[in-house]
Amino acid sequence: MKTLWRSLTVIALLGLAAALLVAVLGLPPAPVKLAGEVAAKLGASGVSHPVTAVLLNFRGYDTFLEVAVLIIALLGMLAAGLPPPPPTGSRNAMLPTLARLAVPLMVLAAVYLLWAGAFRPGGAFQAAAVLAAAAVLLHLAEILAPWPRDRRGPRLAIAGGFLLFLAIAAALLANGGLLRYPPEHAGLLIVLIESGLTVSLAVNLAAFFLLRAPEEQR
Amino acid sequence: MSTAFDLLLAAALLWSAWRTLATPQIGRAVILFIVFGLLLTLAWARLDAPDIALAEAAIGAGLTGALLLDAVAALRARRPDDEEGQS
Repeated sequence: MKTLWRSLTVIALLGLAAALLVAVLGLPPAPVKLAGEVAAKLGASGVSHPVTAVLLNFRGYDTFLEVAVLIIALLGMLAAGLPPPPPTGSRNAMLPTLARLAVPLMVLAAVYLLWAGAFRPGGAFQAAAVLAAAAVLLHLAEILAPWPRDRRGPRLAIAGGFLLFLAIAAALLANGGLLRYPPEHAGLLIVLIESGLTVSLAVNLAAFFLLRAPEEQR
Repeated sequence: MSTAFDLLLAAALLWSAWRTLATPQIGRAVILFIVFGLLLTLAWARLDAPDIALAEAAIGAGLTGALLLDAVAALRARRPDDEEGQS
C-alpha cells in the first residue's frame, strides 16, 4: 500500500514537472526588455549600479515592504514567546578571542558593502546581514548579553530605519508618487535610506537570535 | 574546464538538496542546508550575479543556517533524552 502511494506520488510529481516544463518553454518572449529599460534610465536613478537602482529607486516600494515583512516576522516571534537563554559556561575558550579579532573587520566590511552598493554589488541587506552576524558572533562568545524583551534601544533602532524610509516616501508623495525621487537628490536620498535600513535590518536580524526570555521565567 | 566545473556544481547542488531533505537527523540536515547554501552561492557567482551571491551567502547560508542551528539546539534542550535529534 505504502509503495503504491509512493509510486503514485512520484508519477504525479513527474507529471507536474513535465507540465511546468512545457508551460515555461511555451512562454512568449517578454514584451519589454527590462534590462534595456533599466540601463536607459540608470542616469536618473542617482546610483550607477543597476541592481541598487532597481531595488531602491525603480522598485523601491518592494524593498519598503520587504523591510516591513521582517519587522512583522519579529513581531510574530515576540508574540509567540521567546526561547530561554542558552546554557552558559560551555563555550570554547578560543571563541571570545576570535570574536574580538573578527568583529571590527566585520563592521568595516559592512560599512564598505553599504558604501559600495551605489556602484557595485553590495547594499543595505548585505551590510545588515554582516552586522547581524557580528552581533551573533559576539553573543555566542558571551561578550554581548542577550536582550530582554522590553529593551528600548533595539526597538527604536528597528523602527527608526523603517520610519526614515516611510518619512522619505511620504515626503515624496508631494512629488507625484510614492518614492519618486527628484533625480538631482536621488543619490543622497538613496544613501540616507540605505544607511537607515542597514541599522534597522541589522538590529532586526540580530534580534532573532538575541531576544531571549528572562532567566527566571524558565 | 569551466563546463566540467559547472556540471560538478549542478550535481553537488542536487545531491546536497536531496541529502538535506532525506537525512533523518535534524542536526545533519541543517549542516547540509548550509552546504547547499554555499554551493548555491557559487552557482550564482558562476551565473555572473554577484549581488544575489552576496545575499545568498550572507542571509541564505549564514543567518538562516545559524537560526536553524539555534532552533535545533532549542529543540534538544526541550527534549534532553533525544540524543541524535531524530524525530
